[in-house]
Amino acid sequence: MTASMGVAMLVHTALGRAEQVARHWAAADVPVVIHVDRNVPKKTYDGFVAALADVPNVLFSKRYRCEWGTWGIVAASQATSELMLASFPDVRHVYLASGSCLPLRPVHELIDYLAERPRTDFIESATTADVPWTVGGLDEERFTMHFPFSWKRHRYLFDKTVSIQRAIKLKRRMPHGLVPHMGSQWWCLTRQTLSAVLQDPERPKYDRYFRHVWIPDESYFQTLSRLYSTNVESRSLTLSKFDFQGKPHIFYDDHLQLLRRSDCFVARKIWPYADRLYEAFLTDAAGAMKKTEPNPGKIDRIFAKAVERRTRGRSGLYMQSRFPNEDWENGVTAAEYSMFQGFSELFENFEPWLHNATGARVHGHLFAPDRVHFAEGQTTLNGALSDNAIQRDYNPETFLTNLIWNTRGERQCFQFGPHDTQEINWRIAKDPNAQISVITGAWAVPLFRSNMDFTDIRRIAATLQKIESEHMDVLRSPYTKSRVRIWSMADFIEAPMEPLQGILDEIGQARIRRLSEAPKMVDLHGFGQFLQNLKNQGMHPYLMGDFPVERGPVSSTDVPRKPYLVK
Amino acid sequence: MGAIQSYRLRLQRQRWRARAFRKRRELKCVVDRTDQIRADDILLFCTQRNEKIRLSYFLDYYRKQGVNHFFFVDNDSDDGALDYLRNQPDVSLWSTRSSYRRSRFGVDWLNWLQRKYAHGHWTLTVDPDEFLVYPFCDTRPLRALTDWLDASSIKSFSAMLLDMYPKGRLDEQPYHSGEDPIEIASWFDSGNYTMARNHAFTNLWIQGGPRARVFFEGEPAKAPALNKVPLVKWDRKYVYVSSTHMLLPRGLNQVYDEWGGEKASGVLLHAKFLDTFGAKAAEELERGQHYAGSVEYKAYAEQVKDNPQLWCKWSEKYINWRQLEILGLMSKGNWA
Repeated sequence: MTASMGVAMLVHTALGRAEQVARHWAAADVPVVIHVDRNVPKKTYDGFVAALADVPNVLFSKRYRCEWGTWGIVAASQATSELMLASFPDVRHVYLASGSCLPLRPVHELIDYLAERPRTDFIESATTADVPWTVGGLDEERFTMHFPFSWKRHRYLFDKTVSIQRAIKLKRRMPHGLVPHMGSQWWCLTRQTLSAVLQDPERPKYDRYFRHVWIPDESYFQTLSRLYSTNVESRSLTLSKFDFQGKPHIFYDDHLQLLRRSDCFVARKIWPYADRLYEAFLTDAAGAMKKTEPNPGKIDRIFAKAVERRTRGRSGLYMQSRFPNEDWENGVTAAEYSMFQGFSELFENFEPWLHNATGARVHGHLFAPDRVHFAEGQTTLNGALSDNAIQRDYNPETFLTNLIWNTRGERQCFQFGPHDTQEINWRIAKDPNAQISVITGAWAVPLFRSNMDFTDIRRIAATLQKIESEHMDVLRSPYTKSRVRIWSMADFIEAPMEPLQGILDEIGQARIRRLSEAPKMVDLHGFGQFLQNLKNQGMHPYLMGDFPVERGPVSSTDVPRKPYLVK
Repeated sequence: MGAIQSYRLRLQRQRWRARAFRKRRELKCVVDRTDQIRADDILLFCTQRNEKIRLSYFLDYYRKQGVNHFFFVDNDSDDGALDYLRNQPDVSLWSTRSSYRRSRFGVDWLNWLQRKYAHGHWTLTVDPDEFLVYPFCDTRPLRALTDWLDASSIKSFSAMLLDMYPKGRLDEQPYHSGEDPIEIASWFDSGNYTMARNHAFTNLWIQGGPRARVFFEGEPAKAPALNKVPLVKWDRKYVYVSSTHMLLPRGLNQVYDEWGGEKASGVLLHAKFLDTFGAKAAEELERGQHYAGSVEYKAYAEQVKDNPQLWCKWSEKYINWRQLEILGLMSKGNWA
């Protein structure tokens, strides 16, 4: 008397493990029919057969040559199924498994589970239009083209024949009445459905057709079972995850707990040297009967994350195995940050004020020519980033991306200006994570308050104005992806609270809901006259906007201290 | 890739191969146990000079990871390393008294041995102070990684050099044979690495870390390269061009993804900065056998008198590979 379930097992490597698993099935009276790939040398095959000679209810089918993506695997499945149905009349369900499949739950749980569902066919089968997991872009086309060359061995010819067929629109016709379906190649079918497929009078015609379909093992039974089955449950009982190249993920010893908690019946693919997995699952005592449904959610998530990591990666990370081409970064930097230009010139206490108002880390001029002005005067920052200007300027882009990556989880703000090294401008302008606020012309304030000769001031002012003007052209270019706000100095000091409130809102982690205190603006008394003097010397300062000569005292002394309210 | 450039690289590869062939005469076989090697064994290649104190832990570390056979080239040691290695059951040993510099820092010697013995094997090429860390190395042996790389049709695996250093003076805590050097030199820089593409060989050029920060503060361009590709499914046509930084054919250097994804990669923990470094630096400075006129040792010698501290407030203490992967120094890629 054999169990009501049989296992058809396809084997090509790690025969020792296959033998262990076959014994495990057979020990629970489950008959096993094994197909060994024709590519396995005869001597190895004979040894394998001899090793299983003492086990009852294990048979070996006719051998076919199985190459990935070709008909051989279907032929092998047919042969093992036929032998199974003919030799073991008690068998009601046939479970197709590979040599690297491992049963995770006691075998009788699977037998009972199937016995409770005597008419159900477990086969993942979806129409081609609805399946996202095809590799190489061939979904519909795998049914309508000819594939005379091997994808593994003759990739060039394979690709060539595909493109030629696309060009001349050569199409094969599908046998009448078939709707192409695809799904996992590991199924569990009832005797009724399986025998209907195998004994169909049209089978030679179908076989002839599928023989030249690409990867027929994912479509032959999936398509034909739809013709006969009364009750298709479109999922595989075998836990089998595929990565972005279409090859199965492999399970190792450290997946033990994960697999235990998955409540799946069978998992693939197991690394042949995963001793702990084989030991644990093949010697599991028949524990308390669990009636639970398989629940591979956690494993699904882990493998989905792995694929995501391989295809999208971590934004803003540049490292030895992730170095995206420009504009393919999927995020130039790791997090949002703010760059301020002109604010610390115009306000005496801007940096501490901003830190108090937002809790962000506020650096000085990171790109200053003398050294990197980190917040709180530190000489190194997270990740042992040095404040040495030569080191920074050796690769300023990496400096910035490193800084933002190293301080993930903490908002970074820094000052910038026309004094600083300008090499980084385009990188920041094209970074959607950057929020740039500029008060143009504010660089003139320190000059105005300095004690330099006027000829020097005039020369420096001309240089700074030119640099800032070029920077503004970058920020206003259509390629800019960052969030940019530019005010002329005259506009800004007219009503400073509103832009400041906007900036705080944007940083978004403001400690105070409404801005009650503005930072202290420097004394601009006489600034209008200063600009006029520059003009008189023939240097035309235009970035500040229009400052009347007598304007200074009005705007500087009387910064509103009262709460700023917006109704 | 232009046809002309590709042809030039081919010529260059042939030249390195010819050079390795010529340099084979400098090698004298001491022990040849290569008949023990089975078809799917993982091999390790290493050049060393006077590193006996490190060898016992080094061999243990890699044996535990699953390296099956070691190839050593001994460059004129006088500390007993030769005899020590000769008696190891899984070591094949060659010795030479020729110039390390003129063999391009051992590359020619190893290229020859690899060409002769490593064809078709996964091959790890490391120095005695480099310790490979790869994803899941605490739970999966090296063979799990190489099997996975095989299944994914990947031929080379990168592992960036991560300089490890102690807290305090380098000579504060003496290292004894058999100890884990990472227990002493357990700190590293986590996020100050610069990288750029080297278009001729398609490899990345990574610099930074404590050596750039302290020894090459004023001239970062001279700081040593940290990009390495130490694990390769070897073919007799391959050659290492410059240390294990780059290979030819250059497709093997393509260990990084260019479209935003992450490929799997590891880290070579570099336990160079122990108390032994001072003596080593003095000796190497005298011999002048190291890269770029031993510039690194000169830079060190200049600073050694000012009590060099590599450690800083933001140094990270090494825990395990998961820490390195979170910090973004290595990646699991799509291995899960």
